[in-house]
Amino acid sequence: MPAESRDLSAVAAEPGSPKPDPILVVDGLQRSFGGLKAVDVDHLEIQRGTITSMIGPNGAGKTTLFNLLTGFDRPQEGHWHLNGGALVGIPAFRVARKGMVRTFQLTKSLARLTVLENMLVAARDQVGESFWGSLFGRWKEIEERNRERAMDTLERFGMAHMAGEYAGSLSGGQRKLLEMARALLVEPELVMLDEPTAGVNPALTQSLLGHIQGLRDDGLSVVFIEHDMDVVQEISDWVVCLAEGRVIAEGPPGAVARNPKVIDAYLGGHHGEIDE
Amino acid sequence: MDLGKMLIDAGRAALGVPAATYALSAIGLNLQFGYTGLLNFGHVASMLVGAYGVAITVDLGGSLWLGVLVGILLSLVLALLLGVPTLRLRADYLAIVTIAAAEILRLLVRSSWANPLTKSVFGIQNFADSFYDLNPYPDGAFGIGSFRFTDDRFWVMTVAWGLVLLSTFLVWRLTTSPWGRVIKAIREDEDAARSLGKNVFGYKLQSLMVGGAIGALAGMVLAIDQQNVTPDTYQPLLTFYAFTIVILGGAGTLWGPIIGSVIFWFLFEFMNAFMTGALDQGWFGSVLNSADIGPIRFALLGAGLMALMIFRPQGIFGSREEMIIDAG
Amino acid sequence: MRTRRRLLTLLAIAALTVIASPLAAVAQPDETTMNGRLQQIDGDERTPVEGVRIEVRLDGEIVGDAVSDAGGEWTVPLPGGGVYEVELDTSTLPEGVALTDPERQVLPEVTVRDGQSKFVNFGLGPGLVARSSTLDRVGDLFVLGLKLGAIIALSAIGLSLIFGVTGLVNFAHGDLVTMGAAVAFWFNAVDGGPGMQILLASIPAILIVAGFGAAQEQWLWKPLRRRSTGVIALIVVSIGLSFAIRYIILVMLTGQPRPYLDYVVQDEVSFIGLETVPKNIWIILVSAVVLAGVGLFLQRTKLGTAMRAVSDNSDLAESSGIDVDRVIMFTWVTGAGLAAMGGIMLGISEQVQWDMGFKLLLLIFSAVILGGLGTAFGAMIGGFAIGISVEMSTLVVPNELKTAVALAILVVMLLVRPQGLLGRKERVG
Repeated sequence: MPAESRDLSAVAAEPGSPKPDPILVVDGLQRSFGGLKAVDVDHLEIQRGTITSMIGPNGAGKTTLFNLLTGFDRPQEGHWHLNGGALVGIPAFRVARKGMVRTFQLTKSLARLTVLENMLVAARDQVGESFWGSLFGRWKEIEERNRERAMDTLERFGMAHMAGEYAGSLSGGQRKLLEMARALLVEPELVMLDEPTAGVNPALTQSLLGHIQGLRDDGLSVVFIEHDMDVVQEISDWVVCLAEGRVIAEGPPGAVARNPKVIDAYLGGHHGEIDE
Repeated sequence: MDLGKMLIDAGRAALGVPAATYALSAIGLNLQFGYTGLLNFGHVASMLVGAYGVAITVDLGGSLWLGVLVGILLSLVLALLLGVPTLRLRADYLAIVTIAAAEILRLLVRSSWANPLTKSVFGIQNFADSFYDLNPYPDGAFGIGSFRFTDDRFWVMTVAWGLVLLSTFLVWRLTTSPWGRVIKAIREDEDAARSLGKNVFGYKLQSLMVGGAIGALAGMVLAIDQQNVTPDTYQPLLTFYAFTIVILGGAGTLWGPIIGSVIFWFLFEFMNAFMTGALDQGWFGSVLNSADIGPIRFALLGAGLMALMIFRPQGIFGSREEMIIDAG
Repeated sequence: MRTRRRLLTLLAIAALTVIASPLAAVAQPDETTMNGRLQQIDGDERTPVEGVRIEVRLDGEIVGDAVSDAGGEWTVPLPGGGVYEVELDTSTLPEGVALTDPERQVLPEVTVRDGQSKFVNFGLGPGLVARSSTLDRVGDLFVLGLKLGAIIALSAIGLSLIFGVTGLVNFAHGDLVTMGAAVAFWFNAVDGGPGMQILLASIPAILIVAGFGAAQEQWLWKPLRRRSTGVIALIVVSIGLSFAIRYIILVMLTGQPRPYLDYVVQDEVSFIGLETVPKNIWIILVSAVVLAGVGLFLQRTKLGTAMRAVSDNSDLAESSGIDVDRVIMFTWVTGAGLAAMGGIMLGISEQVQWDMGFKLLLLIFSAVILGGLGTAFGAMIGGFAIGISVEMSTLVVPNELKTAVALAILVVMLLVRPQGLLGRKERVG
């Protein structure tokens, strides 16, 4: 992907600003629990081929927004488009097949499957995954190809030597890595990472961030939720800040960090969260 | 007390029709519970529809083979009816609806409404003659010493264990394929499977249906062996035989249901023989009588199921490694 | 609490059980006959029914008939063993007497062995059809529905609240209901037991079951939660526990239904224009008071508020200083106690039987899902809704299938609104 698509200098640093080539467009999205509005986003565009960080104090609605966008939760109102295709009412598994794949804040590694099986389960269009196909289909060759691809990806994430181990025996950080690697086998265009660095030791965090940048360099778009402002500054092309379910600011990392609304949201809500 | 005779009685159950029937039932449940993580507390319902499918069809003048087909079809419909409202919800809802549905199906079969078809509490008898007509064994008994089976029983055993092996082969094909990988992924974490583009609901439904059809086969074996179906055979207890067997042998393992069933029936019958013997010897004084032996065995079954689930959820032969992962 | 004493004085009440004993009196040893004794059973009152004609047929041909005598007894001599058809001529029944099961007017297959004197029973009761109009019947059933609903509601609160605070659907909850009824039975009616009046006996029974709830939480569920055992494993453990309790009760209580010594026979009284036995009214009133008390407790007291808070969000409650373990323990004690109370009322209303709680559990499940799993008020509303619909449904469906109505409601609710009337959607997925 050409570097110019990451050049967002012409985009206004204000909530809901239009992007030159958005992969994801959100309009009037609302979700409330009881009387509490968890998400209330008027308009939001995510630029293709960039790393967009989503920040905001605890309870700002970041994960809820992820859940809504990826079909894991239903909004009361609003619609959103991926590559121009409407996603309202589409179940989560179809959203993933359409090219938007998410990870979870609490990792969901498949504990009693091996690392390699974790990868293989993510591969798409497998004949052997249909009931009759598994019994009578010729899925062995496809399996072989997927296995190679899975091993390549594991290699890239430095996990090839663990391919045969149960995912349940990995450390927290390794699970995060595995989950990210696994998401790639779905061949997504847009990866939604929910706090990929939470609970990961500093050394592994650096390698994780390297991989995220690697994804962008391969032409994928990345949205990720992050608490650590240093991390955000380091790798984001664009930052969106949520508070009380609304987008209160967006812009390049430096500008957002200095935005008084953002500072208010953090300090007003939960002191010290910003350094977590 | 004749220990030798007790062992032979127990061994007869462990290798005979009961073990084969419940191994078959457990193979179906293992696909649902062990591999897919579905809490089907109404597995006995698929056994019931299998058994009654055969009995009613033959009773109405159809052939045994048509009956087998009808039984399997009914079990598939049943799985759909139970699965569609519940499989999108938390695991508990399937458990609640299936345990209730199985009990109500039994009441329905028992009711005067169903009498023209099911003959209510009287049940249907002698519908499997054409099965016994196929018996290839010469008249007589087979076995060693007092460990013997009549030719008819031997014929039922042959077919029952044959079905066990066939179903095991089917489960092996399924669970070592990408399809099997997906259902295991769903067992581990269905949201993860969903996030990777898998239609979780569809897979659960398929697993419920295939497991149910295998359960229906088990019901047919039970019915054909006894040449008798009555609604009160199909108590919730039968579901928990299957659960205990699956967990005993190791949930989500290929041979678990077979190993579990053999051990289960050996222990269950040995316990029966032992308690009866002890009662005759007056060991229990006047505290217990022979009518109590059944309930005591079932109480121990319940306690055993609890203990297994708490202390050895990976089954008696399960690996330590799996247990550690389970705990984590 | 050893309730077994085989030679119970209770067996004197064997008059209540259906197996009457005219067998020996009627026939000569080697003669093949069919016989029976017709009596109208109304509550615990039995009156012989005279002058009813019974006809016995073999392959469509009449082989004999008889008319019941002043003691309600009849005998038809038979040519030999075989499968006979027996019919009770309902037109000869006196006013106000009817078959309890109209379908059993003709018994198509009665097998009699050669030389046997076969006892054939026709259940007769106060003829609802003869006595009451449909409107009266609706009223009767409504009262029965209220009573059943009250019992379901009492028993269901515990299940729902325990799910709320711990996330466990306790499949052994129905057996706490049975246990309450069975322990009260020991204090009330077992030979060699204390012989307490049932209302008095219910006090230790409720306390013992509440204590059992506490013990379960302390030594079973809390340690399992500490090990962060998965919800599926927990449910399997609860079903194992349920079987263990149920069959231990069966050993102690035997398979016979057992009545308490008090309030067995009652004359109907008029209550807001409806005819019913006083015990039904008392069950409804006492439950209403207890349910109101539980409601007030949850709304007004600190502990009740804490329970609702933990049910809403256990982590949040913990971080705001609530002792979650204490709240859970209290929920278990209350829930088990209420279940025991429900069981005792069911025992007074009907009889004590080893699987009464398991049968009720299916209705309890329907009630809590209808009302919303995890909410106490949902359990109450759901309980009454299920109780009334189940009883009223017998206007249309046979009595033996009324439980199926509850399942139908359950399934429809899951399809339409899985979170229940008062539940929140986030719970179910």
